[in-house]
Amino acid sequence: MSKLTGAEIFIESLKREQVEVIFGYPGGKNIPIYNLLYDNPFKHILVRHEQAAAHAADGYARSTGKVGVCLATSGPGATNLVTGLATAYMDSVPVVAFTGQVDTKSIGTDAFQEADIRGITMPVTKHNFLVTDIKDLARTIKEAFYIARTGRPGPVLVDMPIDVLGARMEFEYPETVDLPGYDPDLTLNGDRLERAAEVINSAKRPVIFAGGGVVTSGAAEVLRELARKARIPVTTSLMGLGAYPIEDELSLGMPGMHGTRYANYALCEADLLIGVGVRFDDRVTGRLDAFAPKAKVVHIDIDPAEINKNVETFISLVGDAKEVLSKLLPVVEEIERKEWLAQIAEWKRKYPLAYKDEGPEIKPQAVVQELNRLTEGKAIVVTEVGQHQMWAAQYYNYSYPRNFITSGGLGTMGFGLPAALGAQVGREGELVIDISGDGSFQMNVQELATISEYNLPVKIVIINNGTLGMVRQWQELLHEKRYSSTILQNPDFLKLAEAYGIKAIRIDDKNQLSEKLNEALEYAGPVLVDVSVAWEENVWPMVPPGAGNHEMIGGEQDDK
Amino acid sequence: MTSKRILSVTVANKPGVLSRITGLFSRRNYNINSLNVGETENPEYSRMTIVVDADDRTLEQIKSQLDKLVEVIQITELDRTNIVDRDLALIRVNSSRNQRSEIIQIVDTFRARIVDLSTDTIMIEATGTPSKIEALIEILKDFGIIDIVRTGLVALNRGVVE
Repeated sequence: MSKLTGAEIFIESLKREQVEVIFGYPGGKNIPIYNLLYDNPFKHILVRHEQAAAHAADGYARSTGKVGVCLATSGPGATNLVTGLATAYMDSVPVVAFTGQVDTKSIGTDAFQEADIRGITMPVTKHNFLVTDIKDLARTIKEAFYIARTGRPGPVLVDMPIDVLGARMEFEYPETVDLPGYDPDLTLNGDRLERAAEVINSAKRPVIFAGGGVVTSGAAEVLRELARKARIPVTTSLMGLGAYPIEDELSLGMPGMHGTRYANYALCEADLLIGVGVRFDDRVTGRLDAFAPKAKVVHIDIDPAEINKNVETFISLVGDAKEVLSKLLPVVEEIERKEWLAQIAEWKRKYPLAYKDEGPEIKPQAVVQELNRLTEGKAIVVTEVGQHQMWAAQYYNYSYPRNFITSGGLGTMGFGLPAALGAQVGREGELVIDISGDGSFQMNVQELATISEYNLPVKIVIINNGTLGMVRQWQELLHEKRYSSTILQNPDFLKLAEAYGIKAIRIDDKNQLSEKLNEALEYAGPVLVDVSVAWEENVWPMVPPGAGNHEMIGGEQDDK
Repeated sequence: MTSKRILSVTVANKPGVLSRITGLFSRRNYNINSLNVGETENPEYSRMTIVVDADDRTLEQIKSQLDKLVEVIQITELDRTNIVDRDLALIRVNSSRNQRSEIIQIVDTFRARIVDLSTDTIMIEATGTPSKIEALIEILKDFGIIDIVRTGLVALNRGVVE
């Protein structure tokens, strides 16, 4: 058997993992890999900042369900990945990040472009490795992919010193992994399943709370069957949007801080809460002692550490959401629950999501609604973070898993544009819209170059209110409108897009909203749309920080 | 109600493992009382004895979070009523010539040992349960303690383990 270099082993190993694309950026300590990428063993997308490489790999992974791969050099290249890894970690996204490192002899000497990226990323990765011996390289790559995609998925980093990439070794890719401390195959306790079914069957006012775990495990279909069979209303967390069709009569939309009133009312009155693939984030629960106060909690999650972490659980079912729901499906009974569903229908009728579309200005909610109408709710929507993210969550009718891509846990501004380009690479030929804010957009604006170079037909829609709107909203409500550092002086986004060779459209006339959005969506290549919207519009309803979900304010139909 | 709980944690003997464990404790705001690590009968594994201050729910969280670390092989909470637990301390105290015999008496009572002697100090090695060590230290305070170093708790279950 002929010997391969470490860099060649890297390429061969990634082929074995069926990697289709790498998002990366070259530098001094990964040159041997780039030397091989020159011959195109697989697609490489050259981003313009390593943070974008991590977000693009993340967007690719979320939109396809495959493992996303990114590559950076040592030192600053590696540290630039950190925000992207933390984002993927909080939202349980399978990403494998590879970094070059200074040669093993120089590690610890503060060599040029040296950073302890293993140490730095320990708290923001599911696991990470520093490969100091060529004989460990193939096995480590195998383990990295295995850990990233199994169990509760998450990012894994592999740090590769340059002398390891240059050393030679016979290549053999292991068939199996041997990780005695890692066992993602959890066997479900049958007793508990029966008890859970009993509790569900005897509940008068049950609610299913579905999260990102439903999307990840591909459980959307069985969730639908179960909810419809047992007639249980479903609320979906931000990460779970798309896991249950929003227009369904049993759908409650999103709960929590900017959730629907009817979802929060249902949670307040429920006698049983069935959490599936959720981690009871504080943005959902509000003040914990006021969260679902009358409900027993059945918690289904793949991560045992999530059980009883934030909310006390009555019955826990640890396992893959799809597997657990499939086992529950035959044992839950068909029950009409007429009274409860009538109550819910009443709340939905009385307290729909609402805003006042009056005055000459374009309302941001209307932009999202129009996008929903024009795309029939079928686009892949990616967002940045802030007000526009919440409007995108509220006013677009998601019906398909993996079609809503947003940084939920970490709340990373600048996520959307690179994640959208990653999603577009993963879902070629499908419509990808980055619903953006004028603040967030500028945090990874350099990715316009990547989108332009690869002609990725992402539609960027900037909901432009000239402010860091979410912080401004809090300043308005909690700090006497002292708009400290939240009013932005923005560049001309059209000229900016055009400088990158990207078509740009401005919308500042309400009457042209539909027509011009349609023009953007119909255009074959990438487009940037800059929509000027009412600048002091707020996201309603809102559960004020520290309050209970029943104390939400704003957003009623007859609000002034 | 928090109390002191003892976890015996078997980990892969790999670089960075200690850092992963302590990093997890600090990131999640768990309180370590003492942590001791050493090789086991199998050179591939190390055993950590970690004493934490936690209530039941926090302890469950600590165990679950530790269990997620790829290099953590096994976690056992030790039942205090059925273990052998030991702490080792080296204690240097002031000792003038006329105090020496009194100190030696104390040391004998605690079944500790004198391991070093100079004209005006004595070093004592004591092994035992943490409470015994505490009691010894308390008594020696009268003479003036110069230095103390302790290993922290190590512990194993009594009897036969699977």
